[in-house]
Amino acid sequence: MNDNGWISAVLASARPQAVAALLRQFRNLDAAEEAYQEACLRALKSWPRNGPPRDAAAWLIMVGKNAAIDTVRRQSRMQPLPADEQISDLTDAEAAAAEQIDEADYRDDILRLLFVCCHPELPATQQIALALRIVSGLTVEQIARAFLVSDAAMEQRITRAKARVAAANVPFETPGPIERSERLGVVAAMIYLVFNEGYTINGAEQGVRAPLCNEAIRLARLLLRLFPAEPEIMGLMALILLQHARSPARLDDNGAAVLLQDQDRALWDQRLIAEGLALIDKAVRHGRPGPYQVQAAIAALHARAVRPEDTDWAQIDLLYGTLERMAPSPVVSLNRAVAVSKVQGPAAALAMIEPLSAKLGGYFYFHGARGAFLKQLGRSEEARIEFDRAIALANTPAEAAHIRLELDRLADGGGTPGSKQKPEKISG
Amino acid sequence: MSAIGPLDRPCIEPEAKPMQYAILCYHDEKVTCAWSKEHDDAVMAKLGAVMGKLERQGKLGPVARLLPTTAATTLRKDREPPLVIDGPFAETKEQLLGFYIVDCANLDEALAITKELGQANPGGAYEIRPVGVFFPGKAAS
Repeated sequence: MNDNGWISAVLASARPQAVAALLRQFRNLDAAEEAYQEACLRALKSWPRNGPPRDAAAWLIMVGKNAAIDTVRRQSRMQPLPADEQISDLTDAEAAAAEQIDEADYRDDILRLLFVCCHPELPATQQIALALRIVSGLTVEQIARAFLVSDAAMEQRITRAKARVAAANVPFETPGPIERSERLGVVAAMIYLVFNEGYTINGAEQGVRAPLCNEAIRLARLLLRLFPAEPEIMGLMALILLQHARSPARLDDNGAAVLLQDQDRALWDQRLIAEGLALIDKAVRHGRPGPYQVQAAIAALHARAVRPEDTDWAQIDLLYGTLERMAPSPVVSLNRAVAVSKVQGPAAALAMIEPLSAKLGGYFYFHGARGAFLKQLGRSEEARIEFDRAIALANTPAEAAHIRLELDRLADGGGTPGSKQKPEKISG
Repeated sequence: MSAIGPLDRPCIEPEAKPMQYAILCYHDEKVTCAWSKEHDDAVMAKLGAVMGKLERQGKLGPVARLLPTTAATTLRKDREPPLVIDGPFAETKEQLLGFYIVDCANLDEALAITKELGQANPGGAYEIRPVGVFFPGKAAS
């Protein structure tokens, strides 16, 4: 960090709270962002000289509001402004008088800001882009790079998203309990979307996308600090941490995906695992299970297994069964089939996924899993056909590389029966 | 006064038991949680160098790095039965007076221990925070 590195760190951590309060003030994303930017510029001038304010967010909110009002005055009356020094001294004094703001006091503001970014009217790609721009403060260039699109295309995507949000007229009143809980669910889904966008295995591009995972973790922490007693938010945080802990082991040196059971578990980040396990432990005490908690519990069982053969597959099968009832989806059933193949064998797993072919026929993981089950049953020719289909449907080079490895093993005489499974989309 | 020789004076030099100090670490979690892994590792390495020196001098006792406050649970023991709250201890009218480190299978066990301690000493609160990094240390006690 350079001499003023601490300022960027403080500005970044105060950003969601400050922008959220300014959004309530101005009821317009662009105006809130501009006011925040102006406050940051003044902070860069004032803080090195005067030291950091006691409450950075309160300072930025106050200064941002005043700066915006100054602008309005300037535009409407064209009056000469007082000298810049005078303005900052004035605003500093006002900000110092402001009581230190507890994050919890701004709970509904921050939730609204997050909710605005993932408004149901927005397609998923716009939700993620908007949240990263507005809440996380990533630049358009940074987001464009993570999404592998041009700066101009990303700029346009964000502009469109803002226009839709403005047209959607999100209410600014304090939400009631039902509204708040609905918003919380939508925001949690958006954060998991950001995480998955970064977590999707894509070989050489992995480094470029990694910031998305870190941003998702930051957003989840923010949400959990605001709602410390919501077991599903604890579950979401635990799920993300437990999955992210495995990141260092998920790609081999050639950029091919490494299956959970083949990963070098010594590379897993034990600090993230400890935090994830503590959170799921805390969540379960509430006795209010939900899909994030169940998925986190599955990830926790993998994290607790020192060796792959220590994995409690029977428990994982049960948890996927629970998840099938809570949030039915063919992808969940497909994941459950992997656990079933471990507990009851590949024949049972194959029978279980047959009915899914209509819905998952165009899904990479379906053919990868079916190929693996067939291979374990010694039906090599059918397995080869499935693996070929999987390669044709692979979303990323890393996925294709992994399946090619399976095909090579088939060509070598069937590989090692029972040792290969498909990557798990949900817990993998 | 010649009868009072040097031996009668309280001996405070080398044999004296040193005072133990607890050093409590405070920082803005929003900032530290946003550190990159590289930055975090670099900070830990720098701290490790200081700790290594203290350890060689036999001065270092146990060191713990706590997990974020989002993993915390608080037991208010100023009422009966005590109240379990998710999140860190947030009051400012009480002060940190001490701490325990206990090995537990899970949060339930930690809460059971905390409740037992709370019965022995009602009033105030305990914050239960999982420990992320722990060095036992070997300072003479």
